[in-house]
Amino acid sequence: MAVITTTGGNGADHSPAESKLVVNLMHFARALRVAGLPIGPGKVLDAVNAIRAVGVGNRGDFYWALHAVFVNRHDQHEVFDQAFHIFWRDPKILERLMGMSMPDLEPGSAPPEEPPMRRVQDAFRPDSEEKSEGEGGDKGEKDEEETEYDSVMTASSRELLHGMDFDEMSAEEVARAKAAIARMRLPIQLVKMRRFRPDPRRARIDMRATLRSALRSGGATIPLKWKRRSQRPPPLVILCDISGSMSRYSRMLLHFMHAVSNDRSRVHVFLFGTRLTNITRHLRERDIDLALAKVSEAAEDWSGGTRIGAALHEFNTHWGRRVLGQGAVMLLISDGLDRDAGRGLEIEMERLHKSCRRLIWLNPLLRFEGFQPKSQGIQAILPHVDEFRPVHNLESLDQLIAALNRPAGRRLEGASEWLKMM
Amino acid sequence: MTQPIPQSVEATLELLAKGNYVADRSLATALYLALKMGRPLFLEGEAGTGKTEIGKVLAETLGRKLIRLQCYEGLDVSSAVYEWNYSAQMIEIRIAEAAGSRDRSEMEQGVFSERFLIKRPILQALEPDPIRGAPVLLIDELDRTDEPFEAFLLEILSDFQVTIPEIGTVKAKEPPIVVITSNRTREIHDAIKRRCFYFWVDYPDAKREMEILKVRAPGAAEGLAKQVVAFVQKLRGEDLFKLPGVAETIDWTNALIQLDKLDLDPQTINSTLGILLKYQDDIEKIQGSEAARLLQQVKTDLAAGG
Repeated sequence: MAVITTTGGNGADHSPAESKLVVNLMHFARALRVAGLPIGPGKVLDAVNAIRAVGVGNRGDFYWALHAVFVNRHDQHEVFDQAFHIFWRDPKILERLMGMSMPDLEPGSAPPEEPPMRRVQDAFRPDSEEKSEGEGGDKGEKDEEETEYDSVMTASSRELLHGMDFDEMSAEEVARAKAAIARMRLPIQLVKMRRFRPDPRRARIDMRATLRSALRSGGATIPLKWKRRSQRPPPLVILCDISGSMSRYSRMLLHFMHAVSNDRSRVHVFLFGTRLTNITRHLRERDIDLALAKVSEAAEDWSGGTRIGAALHEFNTHWGRRVLGQGAVMLLISDGLDRDAGRGLEIEMERLHKSCRRLIWLNPLLRFEGFQPKSQGIQAILPHVDEFRPVHNLESLDQLIAALNRPAGRRLEGASEWLKMM
Repeated sequence: MTQPIPQSVEATLELLAKGNYVADRSLATALYLALKMGRPLFLEGEAGTGKTEIGKVLAETLGRKLIRLQCYEGLDVSSAVYEWNYSAQMIEIRIAEAAGSRDRSEMEQGVFSERFLIKRPILQALEPDPIRGAPVLLIDELDRTDEPFEAFLLEILSDFQVTIPEIGTVKAKEPPIVVITSNRTREIHDAIKRRCFYFWVDYPDAKREMEILKVRAPGAAEGLAKQVVAFVQKLRGEDLFKLPGVAETIDWTNALIQLDKLDLDPQTINSTLGILLKYQDDIEKIQGSEAARLLQQVKTDLAAGG
């Protein structure tokens, strides 16, 4: 279709070579789309116009012209680069591939057995598999969970569930807790913006509205109109430990993170064990089971060791400045047990603490009455958090929500008692 | 005075060179396409890689007016597009009243007329300039503002028009040349990027950085410039929180010129490191033995390379 629209405008003066190029461009765009770049038909038109403007004499110009059109983000550069070199060396490879993968030509055809390009294979394999799984068993299971929850859960059993440690729950109780988490809302203390909204409670005069209403009455009287600063929740960044010692909690907390990600905008979620994984995009999936399937595929270090210092270092260098702007609140979920015995951790914690507005450490170990902040990892983290809270049952999650909704006190306030024990 | 838009990638490179901007051919290609096809150019990259400079150089070499919109959190229509001059309007109403005018629609037209409109950068950019042609609109550090403002920009970037409820739609006869920069402190929405030509401005390689220094710090001795470039390139290979950009290289070289240095030595590096590195952790890491080690490497490499 793209070919017809592009050549339709002034088709008379096109040489066969150019129309061949247009067809190739269309195939190239298609290959990029399959590899995961967001490319619509409009982009193909742009590409054709760009190539007309730049010409095909210089391979470098040709490359950068297509790059300017097709690449929208720095991280798409790699995919583009690979696809470009494969495609324009031998478009035949992709032609063969296209024959196999064009869904509108062969509806219902199976994914290719041995596609020549790995990236393309990766790009659509997991998606189709997940879909078939998700639409099959998982949906039914979830419905069951919910009906069961409605009928069985009485007030007293809910209370019991509320105080129960995630670690001690049976499979059925876990399912109920998950349902309760899915309904949780996280109203973080709002921050004032520099923008205004109308407000009758006499904060500031809104001159524009005042003058307009003055004119309505012919200028005889000038009724004052009011406005105040608008407010919005700050960004929320969650860093969650998924090492072996945390495994029981982190899986439950994923449900919490999913509920939060879908409830509000500007939430970023990272998992870490031995390395750091950004799962923000995966959690945006509405369906919890689909989201969790994507997450477990993305993070490769489930239930392994923890290298908190290294993970935080990676976060600080690659993500800190990108996600912690605009007064972000940060949740660090970890038991503080570090395989590297706290090496390099203190410096990274200090950097992290200075980069965000409020840093809250959630630690499931706090459930033990006689908890002492003695391990090296914990001693390295504790001086650099604003608040230190337990997170091991539904009640602690509720308390967390209440704490986030309170106006923030002085920094370090919520951790000072623990600091005295060190 | 107004230069025509360049008609090829070579011409674009020449144009930038005329404005003392040393550019890669890849950047010139993206810029040429943006100019030729009348789309905004979206430049993303680390701080200090010369993104803002492109807009300035473009305005200067093309002989256009430069209109700069510095973004910040909470940037709103009244500081980005237009605002009414309220006190003047009030006086107008009082005068009309004193004159006994009672015609409401006449008064409304009088009070909300262009006379009382304060034009902010975006509205200025849409105005025709018969002498100098369409201006260059530089929207700087778009990542600092918030999503609602981005959404507002969509209308402007695709149709180059603004709607003022009291007056009507203002549309640019000749669309301005738009350059948008971002430091990527957050991701800009795809909807904006889709309307632009995207380019990632990277740190230059040693050869390119040398050329930049020749143009931007012409007072530096050849040997010093070589050492500076090699040292900065080495620093970018280190594990630092914030790598030094081209702007830092230029500043540092100029500082060394002021200190009458012809040759780098560990002492000077230590005392001027604050120009290159902006975080205390980074300075602590490099200062002293690490700086001496890097300098030693640089000198050996340069000696080996001739």
